[in-house]
Formats: sequence, structure tokens, C-alpha cells
Amino acid sequence: MLSRTAESLYWAARYMERTDATARLLEVGYRMAMMPTAAGGHANEWESVLAAAGAAQGFADQFDAATKSDTAEFLIFDEANPSSIRNCLRAARNNLRAARTAVTSEVWEAVNESYLRLLEMEAQRALSLPELCDWTKRQSAVLRGAFSTTQLRSDGYDFFNLGYYVERADNTARLLDVKYYVLLPTIDMVGGEIDRFQWLTLLRALSAHRAFHWAYGGDISPEQVAHFLILNPSSPRSLLFCAEQIDRHLKHLSLANGGRTPADDFAADMFEALGTARIDAIMAQGVHDFLTGCIERNAKLHRLIGESYLFGAM
Amino acid sequence: MDKPAFFNEMYDGEALRPAYAHIVELFSKYAPDELALKKAEAETIFRRLGITFAVYGEENNAERLIPFDMMPRVFLESEWRRLERGVKQRARALNAFLWDVYHRGEIIRSGRIPAELVYQNAAYEPSVVGITPARKIYSHIIGIDLVRTGLGEFYVLEDNCRTPSGVSYMLENREIMMRMFPNLFHRARVQPIDDYPDALRRTLKSVAPAKCEGEPCAVILTPGAFNSAYYEHSFLADQMGLELVEGSDLFVDGEFCYMRTTRGPKRVDVIYRRIDDAFLDPLCFNPTSLVGVPGLMNVYRSGGVQICSAPGAGVADDKAVYTYVPEMIRFYLGEEPILKNVPTWMCHKPDDLTYVLENLKDLVVKEVHGSGGYGMLVGPASTKAEVEAYAGRIKSDPAAFIAQPTLALSTSPTFVDSGLAPRHVDLRPYCLVGDKVTLVPGGLTRVAMREGSLVVNSSQGGGVKDTWVIADDA
Repeated sequence: MLSRTAESLYWAARYMERTDATARLLEVGYRMAMMPTAAGGHANEWESVLAAAGAAQGFADQFDAATKSDTAEFLIFDEANPSSIRNCLRAARNNLRAARTAVTSEVWEAVNESYLRLLEMEAQRALSLPELCDWTKRQSAVLRGAFSTTQLRSDGYDFFNLGYYVERADNTARLLDVKYYVLLPTIDMVGGEIDRFQWLTLLRALSAHRAFHWAYGGDISPEQVAHFLILNPSSPRSLLFCAEQIDRHLKHLSLANGGRTPADDFAADMFEALGTARIDAIMAQGVHDFLTGCIERNAKLHRLIGESYLFGAM
Repeated sequence: MDKPAFFNEMYDGEALRPAYAHIVELFSKYAPDELALKKAEAETIFRRLGITFAVYGEENNAERLIPFDMMPRVFLESEWRRLERGVKQRARALNAFLWDVYHRGEIIRSGRIPAELVYQNAAYEPSVVGITPARKIYSHIIGIDLVRTGLGEFYVLEDNCRTPSGVSYMLENREIMMRMFPNLFHRARVQPIDDYPDALRRTLKSVAPAKCEGEPCAVILTPGAFNSAYYEHSFLADQMGLELVEGSDLFVDGEFCYMRTTRGPKRVDVIYRRIDDAFLDPLCFNPTSLVGVPGLMNVYRSGGVQICSAPGAGVADDKAVYTYVPEMIRFYLGEEPILKNVPTWMCHKPDDLTYVLENLKDLVVKEVHGSGGYGMLVGPASTKAEVEAYAGRIKSDPAAFIAQPTLALSTSPTFVDSGLAPRHVDLRPYCLVGDKVTLVPGGLTRVAMREGSLVVNSSQGGGVKDTWVIADDA
């Protein structure tokens, strides 16, 4: 496969997964905004959402205060925000167009239709924020479905999936971090009603609150949610699950390409470390520190994949 | 009743021509709003598939649909066979000419074509003189633009020997028609054109260079996703199972050309290039080009790679050289041309120039190196001021222009807002030249959507329709 094509597939998947994550973040935001304010005791949830999206600075350049409508506008439609859903969809579409011959027509049509429809919706302003979030998640699911039911299981499939799981690991870490670090800055609120509600909302946004109850039963505790999102091998958004998938797809690629790469070794170490980690140790270390480390390692893995498969080599 | 001014593809006077018998009957069963619905459905499909083209000079998000007309243009097989022979004959002569002018130049020595027309031609490529491409073929995909003025009266408007576009429309128009009107196909026994991508792949592989070992690796070279014909490039690559590469995906090492893959370099034997000569190799041609491959021409010259169509092939489709194609057919093949040329005045000849300037309002004038319907004058459709301004351009550089009479282009019934109405059409069949010469039964029919207009180019608002070849007794 052409290195450029592999790179396009990888990025198309990253961008699609990012639209999904942004929609979920917005969902967290508006659910939390419906919660009665506890006497100004906690931070503005829209600021938290922007921080988690890594978009706080870009937003501050344009707006004074983080209101619901400005935040939604910025994260969904804004041209100036490189991670807006609109820009991510366009980037995914451009990448798939450049790699048009490496994907099936179902996959291309899924992303092409999504993008064209978003432009229409942008012009009409017809949908509410919850509808837009649902729509975005559904587009991402349609593409994922088209991909898994029609795409040849060749190296393109592995590159596409690498993009998905690298991006997803990053997003899960950031989403969890926003709960731990941004939303409840004052220690006295931990364990209170707001705290519990925030955990629940987080799980809901990940379409995981029922799965959580099946897996753990009983009440929500921070340890259990952290465990669910970091170390539970059955949770499709956990860091461990993503690491396992990354390791698997890199192994496929190195088998097909006849040689291990630095990315393989690094991913295997990441998987190994998460596989043997314990949640009480992570809590003791500090969840924010732990997640920051994860985000950094993920970024390094991204670089190594590019170097191993000659992305961007001119 | 007066004889209509234009040959109508569907009617002979009041009588339906046999080719259209079933079609008219079947279309008459649809109510106008049903047809409108089908048309909207077709456009939705085109847009969803991304079958759009970019118009240069417009905003980069202006991805336009080419207007698609649902009424097919139909040939009887007996009509088609004659066209086919004529197109193949022309394709053979054009390739013989290209071989000749890059070797001994016999046709020039014999005095049949003026030397300066060839050797001073901007498309003549001195750097490939004496090189022998595989099977002596220079132009592997030839799009020949034809118009019809009467029952057996076909004229060649121009030959496109480099990178004729539009073949994806030929194939997609058929797909859409089969999807929307299965009954028509069931009844009319339309000859299939699905073999085109396979035939193109066979053609490309059949001209692999001698140094190629094993199964030839062929690729399509595109300028990239922002080129107006990108959809076609990716469509063909996909249909043939070949890699679609950009210049930066290729590099030259020693005697060969390679592509950058995730498994390291892979040798490339045949490049179907969809970029112009000037951009192929910055070391040889335009040094500022970023879309080409540095060193590619050296590899080509030493036989490490085949470029389709070969660099320099453009000298055969020049609008001035065009006037000599009948002469080429006689000279190289010893045959009489089956298809006619349009009478052409060449403004570099003093007598022709005088005639052209005196009769501008009746003529079509084109730039010798122009394409896509840009920069031409259609005399009868122009204002006095436009004609005068154009005359000034011709006088300042006569050699850059040719002129032709305005032909009475045939019309084909076309769906417009008010129902079916005659609109002028042309036809571009695609001829493949490799170990054999191949023509699928069909082509791209382009239609001038505006009433009375003779300009069918998509860049000028022209549309497309499916082209059928059906058995005479169907």
C-alpha cells in the first residue's frame, strides 16, 4: 500500500473518531448544565468542555465567556476551530477522497453524505444541540459499520483501525481527565450529589452507563468508573481495550510486512503496562498525573507509527 | 413541410427512426412528474458518489454536477460499426505519425506535411527523438470528438491523444440508466460497455517496457484530489485495481522508477499519466512543478518505465496538425479515410487568413492550442463587437488560430423544463491502443443544454447522456 494512502486512512479514522468524541463531550456539557447550580461551587461546565476538547485557547481568542450557544457553535461549525465537527468531517472526507481507491464505495458515500448533510444543516440551523450530537454519533457509527462490513481485511483495514484506537485512547483519557481535574476542583464536593451526577453523565455520554451497571452493579464509585475507563478489558473505550487493539493491528501489519517496527515494541510495552496495572495504585499516584502520562505516550506512539510506515516521507 | 435545418437523431421527419422505437414507447409511459423524480434521484446518486467536477476559477467548494440527461442517444449497430472502423483507422494513423516524426520524419520528407508545423510545434518534444516506446505506441488512449450532420455524415472535430477525460461519465451514465430504467435495457438489448476498465488495464500492461520482469505494475498518476478530473482518476484506478499515485509517491533510483509503500519501494513499470508533459519531470520540463517526478524522463528514455501516453504525443492532436490526419491515413496505411475532417482554414496561410477575416460571422474560430471550449469564437452566436474584438486577436497572431464552418450539428431529444426538446450533441468514443486496438460500443455523448447552443463542453455548461449501440433488429 502507498504510504500516503496508509496515512490518509489513518487520519480519516482519527478525524471521524474525533467528531464522535466532540459530540460526546458536548453531551456531557449540556447534561451537566441542566443540573441545578450548587451555589456557584463548581466550575462552568462549558469551560470544562472546551478544556477537554483542547479548544479553550482557540475559543478565548474569539469569545469572552463560554455560553452554551457559543461553545456549541465553536465545537460544531466553526471554521477557525481545527477540531470542530465540521472541520473534522471535512478532513475525514478529504483524506478518504485522497485514498478513494483504498475504501469501498459504501465507506466513501457514508462520509461524503455526512459532510454534505452537515453543510445543509449549518445553512438551515434546524437542529437542536442534542439532535446534532445524536446525529454526529450516528454518522460515525454508520461509517464504522460500512467499514467493518465491506472493507477488505488488508493492511488498509489495520491502518484505519490504528487511527480509530489511537484517537479513542486519547479521547477517553481527556474525557476522564476533565472529570477528575476540571469539573470538581474542590475536594469537599467529592462523593456528593454533584460528583455522583457528573460520573453518571460521563458514563452516559460514553453510552456506557448500563454497561457499567452490568459490569459492577451497585453504586457508582470513582474507583470503579476509573477502572471501567482505564483497565476494564471488556469496555470498548477503555485505555486497556484501545491498547490491546493497537497492539493487535500493529502485529498484523508487521506480520504482513515482514518485520517488527519501533511502533510494535512501544505499543506492546503500553499494552503490557496497562494489563498489569492496578486501579488503587493509579489512584494513589493521582489520576490526573497518570492520564497525562497516557496522553504523552499516545502521542509518541502516533509518531512511531508514522516513522515505521513512512508517513509523510517525501 | 420544410426539411429541418438539423439532423434529428430520433426522428426522420415525422417518423421515428428505428433505433428509438422501444425507447419512445417506454418513456411515454412515465408521467412528467415521475421523470422529474427520476432525474432528481439520478442527481442525488451522482452527488453522493462524488461524481462532480471542479470549475477552475470558482471557489474550491464549488463541486458541480454535470447535467445528466436521461434520454439516451442511440446508434444502430450498422451505424456504429462504420464509426468504429473509422476511429480505429484514425488511431492507427496517429500512432504511425508519432513514431515517424520522432524518427525519420518520412511524411515531412515526402512533402505531405510542412516541417515547421511539426518541429516548431509547442507540443513537439525533442527530448524523446529516437526513443522507441514499447510496440511503437505513443498514444494509448485516444478520445476522438465526432459530430453528425446527416444519416451517414460524421465529421471528426478533434483528436485527443494525451489524456482525454470523460470516460468515467460514459461508465457511470450507463450504471445510472440501468438502475433507473431496467425495462429499457431488457427490451432494447443495449451492447455492454463494462469491459472498458479491463480493456484499459490490458492495454496498459501490454505496453510494459522490455526491462519489466514478471507481471507489469501499472499505476495512474494524478495531480491530486483538487484536479477537476480527480473523480475519474480514482474511479479508473479503482475499477482496474491499480494504485492511484501522486508525483510525491514516486521516485527514481538508478534505472527504475519506484513508488513509496508501507513495505518500502515497489518498482513501477507503466504509468498512465493524467498530468501534462510540462509537469512530468521538473528536471526536464517545468522546474517549478511539484506534481512531477524528478528524473522520470531519464528512466523513460532508457526504457525503465513506460509513460502512457508518451511524452510528446500532443503533437498529433494539435488543431493545425489535425487538418493533415486524412493525409496520414493515406500515407501510412494506404487507405482512404472513413471519417471526414471538418474543412479547416489555417490562419497562418495568407489566403486562408483573408477568407477567415472576411467571413468571421459565419465561422467557428479556435485557438490552435486551446481546449475545453475556452477562448473560441462561434461567429453566428456572437455580437458584432465580439467578432471585431476576436478579429484583432487573430491579426496579432494568425498562426495561433484555425477556423471551421459552423456545422449543422445533429440534435438529440433532451429533457428540458418544458419537456423533450432537440439539443445539439457530439460524441467522444474512447479508443485503446496496445497489443490490439479496442473500442467499446459506446462513448460519451455531450449535449448543449441551452437551446440553439453548439457548445457542449462541461466547462461551458454542457451536459451528458448515455450512448447506446443496439442491434439493428432489436
